[in-house]
Amino acid sequence: MASSFTRLISGRNTAVLLASLGAGTMATSFLLSENSSLAAEAKKKLYPPSSDFPDLRKHNNCMASALTPAIYAKLRDKLTPNNWTLDQCIQTGVDNPGHPFIKTVGCVAGDEESYEVFADLFDPVIKDRHNGYDPKTMKHPTDLDASKLTNGMFDENYVLSSRVRTGRSIRGLSLPPACSRAERREVERVVVTALAGLKGDLAGRYYSLGDMTEKEQQQLIDDHFLFDKPVSPLLTCAFMARDWPDARGIWHNNQKTFLIWVNEEDHTRVISMEKGGNMKRVFERFCTGLKQVEHLIQERGWEFMWNERLGYILTCPSNLGTGLRAGVHVRLPKLSKDPRFSKILDNLRLQKRGTGGVDTAATGDTFDISNNDRLGKSEVELVQLLVDGVNYLIECEKKLEKGQDIRVPAPIPHQHS
Amino acid sequence: AQGAAMPFGNTHNQLKMKYTPEQEFPDLSKHNNHMAKVLTPELYERLRSKQTPSGFTLDDIIQTGVDNPGHPFVMTVGCVAGDEETYDVFKDLLDPVIQDRHGGYKPTDKHKTDLNADHLKGGDDLDPNYVLSCRVRTGRSIRGFCLPPHCSRGERRAVEKLSTEALASLSGDLKGKYYALKNMTEAEQQQLIDDHFLFDKPVSPLLLASGMARDWPDARGIWHNDNKTFLVWVNEEDHLRVISMQKGGNMKEVFSRFCDGLTKIETLFKERGHVFMWNEHLGYVLTCPSNLGTGLRGGVHVKLPNMSKHAKFEDILKKLKLQKRGTGGVDTAAVGGIFDISNADRLGFSEVELVQMVVDGVKLLIEMEKKLEKGQPIDDLIPAAK
Repeated sequence: MASSFTRLISGRNTAVLLASLGAGTMATSFLLSENSSLAAEAKKKLYPPSSDFPDLRKHNNCMASALTPAIYAKLRDKLTPNNWTLDQCIQTGVDNPGHPFIKTVGCVAGDEESYEVFADLFDPVIKDRHNGYDPKTMKHPTDLDASKLTNGMFDENYVLSSRVRTGRSIRGLSLPPACSRAERREVERVVVTALAGLKGDLAGRYYSLGDMTEKEQQQLIDDHFLFDKPVSPLLTCAFMARDWPDARGIWHNNQKTFLIWVNEEDHTRVISMEKGGNMKRVFERFCTGLKQVEHLIQERGWEFMWNERLGYILTCPSNLGTGLRAGVHVRLPKLSKDPRFSKILDNLRLQKRGTGGVDTAATGDTFDISNNDRLGKSEVELVQLLVDGVNYLIECEKKLEKGQDIRVPAPIPHQHS
Repeated sequence: AQGAAMPFGNTHNQLKMKYTPEQEFPDLSKHNNHMAKVLTPELYERLRSKQTPSGFTLDDIIQTGVDNPGHPFVMTVGCVAGDEETYDVFKDLLDPVIQDRHGGYKPTDKHKTDLNADHLKGGDDLDPNYVLSCRVRTGRSIRGFCLPPHCSRGERRAVEKLSTEALASLSGDLKGKYYALKNMTEAEQQQLIDDHFLFDKPVSPLLLASGMARDWPDARGIWHNDNKTFLVWVNEEDHLRVISMQKGGNMKEVFSRFCDGLTKIETLFKERGHVFMWNEHLGYVLTCPSNLGTGLRGGVHVKLPNMSKHAKFEDILKKLKLQKRGTGGVDTAAVGGIFDISNADRLGFSEVELVQMVVDGVKLLIEMEKKLEKGQPIDDLIPAAK
């Protein structure tokens, strides 16, 4: 029995419909299904890539700089093995034109294979974002040997706290933009099971976002551990907030110095932190913790997403390689007012943020200072850069206190091409 | 690869089949919306392997309801359609949602469409000392195109092109101009804001979570006639939203223009080989199940400072099949005793019947207001339930 929902358009009207959209009348007859909406396959033929190409004229992000109509035409109908598409990768960049002064990335991966299948887009984006790093020809070094770090004890008259963070993805499961609820729950299960195996100063506890008590929630807020449902349109337009708060949670050790976020912007975000200036210890715990977690998931047949071209695979191309941001909260009342401050930071490969994190302004004289780079240098190299750089900033501050002049250091080489 | 590869949506629906329904079933334990009331694990299992011809899936339909648990006092719908076939392929979910939302409307019921304004009795003389303005709105979808949660950029642009070409043919009192959201000048934008015509990128999480705001402001725009009494929104929450409005109390004139304009637009589309999505069971098919049938909200801005303080105000509105909102629209509170009063129903009653309810109901409310002003009781005026 014909469905009461189908009202067949007459052959003539249909031809007019399709002709008005520019499709040849000869081709249209076999493109129609019995139903009113065009079947997906038919739609692909009726709408050439040019009809779907996004309007990027007011956009300023890495995706918009890299995506040409030719690349779009080549990639639009491709699928990763998880059936993730180019349009899904770029939706966040289409929806968020960017800021004239800050260049956002504008695309995300839905799975590990996104970086391969859509390499024609991701490779130039990676080059743009990571100082000319070419995934086709270069290799990324991974080094989590904390013993190599030198001078990692800061003057605590200036450095208030030290922190290192990265992310890790579980191979075989889709990333937050793409994952189904079952996949996300599987990530949670794999990670939480592994973390339960941590011992000693790393022993800790998991708090599921959906299940925590009011009291637990307040404690996590007071500790500055709790993460909230994303409000940034950069994240929400990338489908990362779906099904919130299902399968999201926070794990931390009893000492509150090692913290893992589950299923926020990545499968996991791993954070080591302490008050004070002992970056050496923070980095040691970071490396030990990561290696132990890796070992615990490997025992159960899982592994992290990693390859020798891109290092650790994460959702946002900006976090490829090490995914590492090492930073301090540091008081620099005099240096921050010096007109050379920005240039000094630039040359040291450092960036400043307010103490609320990215997108916040500094309050008073205390800054969040961290490494700029993520890919093409190892973890040890990046943390050493941060350590050397912060020590230099503190030296400048001390000089200015004494009325002495400071020097802008020579720029550290960072271009890969 | 198997499965429909659409530009947007859960294109890996088939891959989820490797997980059990229990592993995929959403946690709805804190939810209070129509979808959450209806969707059981058994129903989820039955429907999750399906998709419409354009590739819209169960998880696409319910994502907004999963992401927005709802409010303890207001019952949201919690699901949307991605194309016309959604209502058929997923009828096991949507029929009970429709029944719940539309006062017991059954899958076998038929909906009547009546856009003959001559059938409206009265309505040209609502007391302008109380009624500040009259407005009637509805939506229309163009058959053959996916709806806002699911459409590709190419489709959305095609809808815009077809709509603007049709509207450009309107003449006389309905002659007007189209303002594309992405092209308008600052001056045009300011004028549209001053006229209260401009719609903005949705901020409501109910809409954002359904995918309707993708690619903003591409292919979105506002058309209005030179007299500023007939307005069409293109590609906001539906393909088209059609609005007739004017200051004062002449609802009859507003409704006449509404019917005339809609009929003319429909004819212009037909001349170009397109029809609106419509069938005899659901009437006009729109994105949100709450707008099926007529998709019509007819209302007034009316001063009821005394009525609104009366203990039986809510009860009376219910009996009259009306609802109140603040004058900022849904989700706003009333300011200064001025309310937006409109029909509560959409499906199962014709356009004429619904506007008649508004006309008759508002007249009665004004009578009551006048009595309360004089300190007189209104008990003998309170109607029995309809």
